[in-house]
Amino acid sequence: MSALSLRGLKKSFGGNAILNGVSLDVEAGEFIALVGPSGCGKSTLLRILAGLDHADSGEIFVGGKDMSPVAAADRNIAMVFQSYALYPHLTAGQNIAVPLAMKRLSRSQRLPLVGPLLPGQKDIRTGIARDVREMAGLLKIDHLLDRKPGQMSGGQRQRVALARAMVRHPSIFLMDEPLSNLDANLRVHARGEIVELHRRAGVPTLYVTHDQAEALSMADRVAVMIGGNLLQLAAPEMIYNDPAHIEVARFVGQPRINIIPAFAENGRVGFEGIRLALLEKVANGPVSLGIRPEFVKLSPSGRSGLAGMIERLEFLGSEVIAHCRLETSGDAVVAKLAPHEAKDLIGGMKVGLVLAPEQALVFGPEGKRLRVAAGARQEPAYV
Amino acid sequence: MNSIPAGRIIRFALLSLGALMILAPYIFMISTAGKTQSDIFTSSLALIPQHFYFAENFAKAFAKVPMATLLWNGVIVCGLIFFFQVVVAIPCAYAMAKLKFRAARLMMVLVMLGLLVPIHATALPLYFAFDRMSLLNSYTSLVAPFTISVFAIFMFLQFFRAMPDDLLHAARLDGMSELGIVARVIVPNAWPAVTAFAIFSVVAHWNDLYWPLIVVSKQAYATPPLGLMYFRAAEAGDDYGALMAAALIITLPLVAAFLLAQKRFVEGITMTGLKG
Repeated sequence: MSALSLRGLKKSFGGNAILNGVSLDVEAGEFIALVGPSGCGKSTLLRILAGLDHADSGEIFVGGKDMSPVAAADRNIAMVFQSYALYPHLTAGQNIAVPLAMKRLSRSQRLPLVGPLLPGQKDIRTGIARDVREMAGLLKIDHLLDRKPGQMSGGQRQRVALARAMVRHPSIFLMDEPLSNLDANLRVHARGEIVELHRRAGVPTLYVTHDQAEALSMADRVAVMIGGNLLQLAAPEMIYNDPAHIEVARFVGQPRINIIPAFAENGRVGFEGIRLALLEKVANGPVSLGIRPEFVKLSPSGRSGLAGMIERLEFLGSEVIAHCRLETSGDAVVAKLAPHEAKDLIGGMKVGLVLAPEQALVFGPEGKRLRVAAGARQEPAYV
Repeated sequence: MNSIPAGRIIRFALLSLGALMILAPYIFMISTAGKTQSDIFTSSLALIPQHFYFAENFAKAFAKVPMATLLWNGVIVCGLIFFFQVVVAIPCAYAMAKLKFRAARLMMVLVMLGLLVPIHATALPLYFAFDRMSLLNSYTSLVAPFTISVFAIFMFLQFFRAMPDDLLHAARLDGMSELGIVARVIVPNAWPAVTAFAIFSVVAHWNDLYWPLIVVSKQAYATPPLGLMYFRAAEAGDDYGALMAAALIITLPLVAAFLLAQKRFVEGITMTGLKG
């Protein structure tokens, strides 16, 4: 039984379909990153899960229990928001205590003035204070408990928000781009911390982000969502090396994968001397060839590979990105090179582009991945 | 001094002139409150009284009308009106700003219409209703017509719209009901708007003469401006010195309150987008 499963969730706003039947399972203790460009419906999905919004159709199960009749507060789902959503008028400690107070104290015990006089509430309040301190210790924010959100930095607020979500030991943890308001250095550091916290607490987590690097580096499995469709759910390596859809290939990887138009004929794909045999039957017609930039090599002599020209070089320290253009077809091709490979290259130079054919991915006209038989080859070009 | 540019001097002079024009009646009131009867009716117009008669005029003001009762009534009426206005308007504005329900558009239209209808239009039917209920000459008749303020709803609506949705989502996930959100999240963060509205409301109702004049005929329930009316009528000859002293007494609490809340007031105005 999965910790969380979604079955065919659909949602549309005023005729615009935001979710087109999304199904997803999160296993116990798993960390799943839901990644996609802005406006792909991932935040909507999270809000529906939390019970803050309703799906038009589809089902949500938490631990096998149907959640549709359960109110947001009773789902025991915690969420960390992009804006942190801390209560501005309460201190960090009071912020963290809110979910516990709402859960453990009765309605009358929560009343101001009268509440603290009622019997039995004192032990509960002591318990809450102890749990808050414990959580603060875990996240190393003990010294911040008396500060208000306005007096804290972005990173500190983010920790308080995490503490507030974790303190009630939720059955599911949802995070809506919790790192996107942090500066770049802090973000990389916080990534590691969140993964570490997840490993310790073991609460199944659904982490929404638009940053593919964040998704690949943090998650056990990555769910790529584009245009309201869940295109692929797989381990990060699979998502990168074996994308199921052209949009997944395009979205994941920096710099972006090279997509070159090609033609399928009688079960074979040909492009400028690359020949690939398809395992699937495809009608003759245009297909797309995808090659990651790291599988493109440049031959400065131009003696091997396809004739092309370097338009621009970007030096990034550990690597050099060469933006090239093929002479015959005019297609743009980006190559990722080690600095020593690039030291003789200059912009405007004519080169040979060697595309590794065995690394090429073929996508059908609708973007679906087409499998290729082993033994692809690139015939030498005759310049 | 020559370092100050001429344009700035002109601007400053114009502003000072405007301020002086607005302050002139007030200054004249202070001046008259310190004059003797003969001083007031001389043909020359002097701001500084010839004989300082402040103490006598203030004493007369307190003696001729029950000033303490008037001020107390003013505090009670303004306080009750403000309290009920906020209690009604905050949940209402919250619902309209942040909850989705079918009648939201209709309610918005009603609020807009409500802003257009002045009290004078409904005064007569309200008067008859209070008369039938034998509620004339009571705090109820002074307070009840103003407890639902569409202006307050409108103003809070603007303020609440700017509150982040995520904050409310977090509150719902933490287990708060909608009323709990209003009490624990909205109200503690709405102080600038409430302060700004308090000034509008209290000034309007403290100074209101029209409505008390209609529903109150006994001194026991008279508000300060109405009290001034009795004061004039009670006096055969017009004792303007004492009248001005009384007027000064009833405006002072408002001036003091504004000066105390000034910073928050400006804050609230800028935050609700009601500038200009």
